[in-house]
Amino acid sequence: MTTAVGNPPATPKSAATAGGTGGRHQKAAGGRRLFIALAFLAPALVLLGVLVVYPVIYSIYRSLFDAAGSNFLGLGNYITMFTDPATFVAIRNNVIWVLVVPVTVTILGLIFAVLMDRIKWGIAFKLIVFMPMAISMVAAGVIFRTTFQENPNLGVVNAALVGVHDIFGGSSAYPNARPREDAGLAEADGAIQTDGTVQAGSVADFPLIGINESNIPGTAASAVAADDPAGDAISGTVWLDFIRGGGGTPGEIGDDKVGLPDVTVTALDSSGEVVATARTAADGTYTLTGLPAEDLTLSLPATNFSASYAGVSWLGPALVTAVVILSYIWIWAGFAMVMIASGLSAMDRSLQEAARMDGANEWQVFRRITAPLLSPVLIVVFVTLIVNVLKIFDLVYVIPPPSSLPDATVIAVQMWTVSFGGGNDQGLGSALAVLLLILVLPFMIINVRRFRMDRER
Amino acid sequence: MTTNTVADVDLSGSATTSAKLTLVKPKRSAAGKVLDFLGSSVINLVLALVAIFWLVPTVGLFIASLRDSTDNSQSGWWTVFTRPAQLTFDNYAELLGNPQFVGSFVNTIAIAIPTTVLVIVIGALAGYAFAWVEFPGRDWLLVGVIVLLAVPVQVALIPIARLFGTLGLFGSIAGVVIFHTAFGLPFAIFLLRNFFTQIPGELMEAARLDGASDWRIFSRIVLPLGMPAVASLGIFQFLWVWNDLLIALIFTNASSQPVTVAIQGQLRQFGANIDVLSSGAFLSMIIPLIVFFAFQRYFVTALLAGSQR
Repeated sequence: MTTAVGNPPATPKSAATAGGTGGRHQKAAGGRRLFIALAFLAPALVLLGVLVVYPVIYSIYRSLFDAAGSNFLGLGNYITMFTDPATFVAIRNNVIWVLVVPVTVTILGLIFAVLMDRIKWGIAFKLIVFMPMAISMVAAGVIFRTTFQENPNLGVVNAALVGVHDIFGGSSAYPNARPREDAGLAEADGAIQTDGTVQAGSVADFPLIGINESNIPGTAASAVAADDPAGDAISGTVWLDFIRGGGGTPGEIGDDKVGLPDVTVTALDSSGEVVATARTAADGTYTLTGLPAEDLTLSLPATNFSASYAGVSWLGPALVTAVVILSYIWIWAGFAMVMIASGLSAMDRSLQEAARMDGANEWQVFRRITAPLLSPVLIVVFVTLIVNVLKIFDLVYVIPPPSSLPDATVIAVQMWTVSFGGGNDQGLGSALAVLLLILVLPFMIINVRRFRMDRER
Repeated sequence: MTTNTVADVDLSGSATTSAKLTLVKPKRSAAGKVLDFLGSSVINLVLALVAIFWLVPTVGLFIASLRDSTDNSQSGWWTVFTRPAQLTFDNYAELLGNPQFVGSFVNTIAIAIPTTVLVIVIGALAGYAFAWVEFPGRDWLLVGVIVLLAVPVQVALIPIARLFGTLGLFGSIAGVVIFHTAFGLPFAIFLLRNFFTQIPGELMEAARLDGASDWRIFSRIVLPLGMPAVASLGIFQFLWVWNDLLIALIFTNASSQPVTVAIQGQLRQFGANIDVLSSGAFLSMIIPLIVFFAFQRYFVTALLAGSQR
């Protein structure tokens, strides 16, 4: 069994003749064969009849009635399906799934299968990518929900994003800080400034409050008073003017108060132009040098205090479907890869070698020979994925937090919600189930055709 | 010889008709070797990145399962690399001491194993009839089974919930087993029938001439020879049922729920429950992963045989 078409080329017919030997006994023998067949088939036929065939018929019938099951609605439920916003979102999301997922997974599987051949650790790679196929979608859902948590201290994706962002953008360390009252400081557009003007050669201190202790870096040291500045310089200290548990004098530097490192301090002239910039040291001290002899305003710019970058709200309404799709790809890429790899290994490579001899490059060989030879496998993978994606339930049910489930929902989830998860409308639920059945119908026909074609070979 | 460079295509391309040249490995130019090396290191790098992307989520959850709930609510799992002392087996110990969780684990086993056995037995019987018993309407019936391959379970949820309600099967493990068995059958019959038809017909004829009954032929010839297919089906079916959420969600109650439903129930307080969720998820993964790695070949065979469920 190398291809996914899954039907042996030849069906032995000899069994038939083995059963019925003589012409006279043919009819009786045929009856006996039917009896034997029924004996072997009975358990399967009963189960399939009662639990698969009957429900299909009942669901179609039930979908024509209202929630209570007493009033005939005709196609009413089917109209509701497309007009009700909740179910419409589900249908729209299913369309997105079908358009995005099978193509992406098949292409990824193809790339992995082709490249896997060329590395020494191909088997390890195959196991790593194929492994998610073995675990439940519930476990996969827990894995992805953890990975994409919004809090950058907990979710690894946002932690990485914030890390990268801070390398390039610099982090703002002290959100929500404000000046101590009566310290001669004022807030202006998010910045903290001296109330009046300051001349070079003097000291300007910044006692701040309202800073969350978890935002203070571990390198921070006790605040100290700055050294007296030179004639063209201004120095001072930026510190947290607050002692946990109380104590200390407001506005004064004491041993128990902590300096705020890495605060940007700027000196502005009367027109608001920056004339000098400095950063505070671990003990909160800074020195601005080379200042002109004029009235200056000292400012701690707003970038010190704006809320820090907290990553992306992956599980929020806008992106949750993307995350669920990503988790599906994570699970199913291995399936596509293994199927395509087995197609590749069953392939006769002589055509490719011949083309290479004729001067074709690798891409041409792939495009003109490998891909066309692979197309039966690619189609099976693609079709399998479409059928699976149409019925997707577990991942969509598990990954989104309740607040964004309405934005991530799909037909199967909506079917569950409407009929079992509180909606209690089994008429609409049946209609949604029948919609799934209708969507799968073309693939049933494809299955039957493929089977018939295999038999005729 | 999977990687080719411009250099050696030029060499061999000029002499396509010469069979001799194809046997002699073309001498590679220095540039060709460099290109080969670059090509393979790029491929290695790309696939290494892919492998990391595939591993990180699972590794992360595994590490999270080894940290206590305070650690998990305050910092990410990657802090273990700087502070390995926080690792503990407490979550697992606690979960394994929790009768409700252990009960759900037992339920999963009580659902998965009988279903797998039933699907194999009933599917094999039907597969034999479709492969080796010629009866009127056989092809027609087989087409029916193939049509049922793709029927979505959703279609059966409401009718069977009603049916089980009437029969008193709602909330019982037996109900879930019956449901899974029925929906596993079309694939089982299809797969086993295809394998059984490949068994040489002479064996059957010889047995019949010796007076063997169909039951004897089935149990002594077809089933033993079809063992690889039975194994493939068994692995596939076992993993499928073990990992199911939807059917168990509807047809089980608090005392009969399997692990997947138990974990799902904890998701409502996701933030506070990471320790339970992560260790629970890993415990639920252990058996499927063992089965998967031990019998990977059979699982792949079942997939290749064309699953479209």
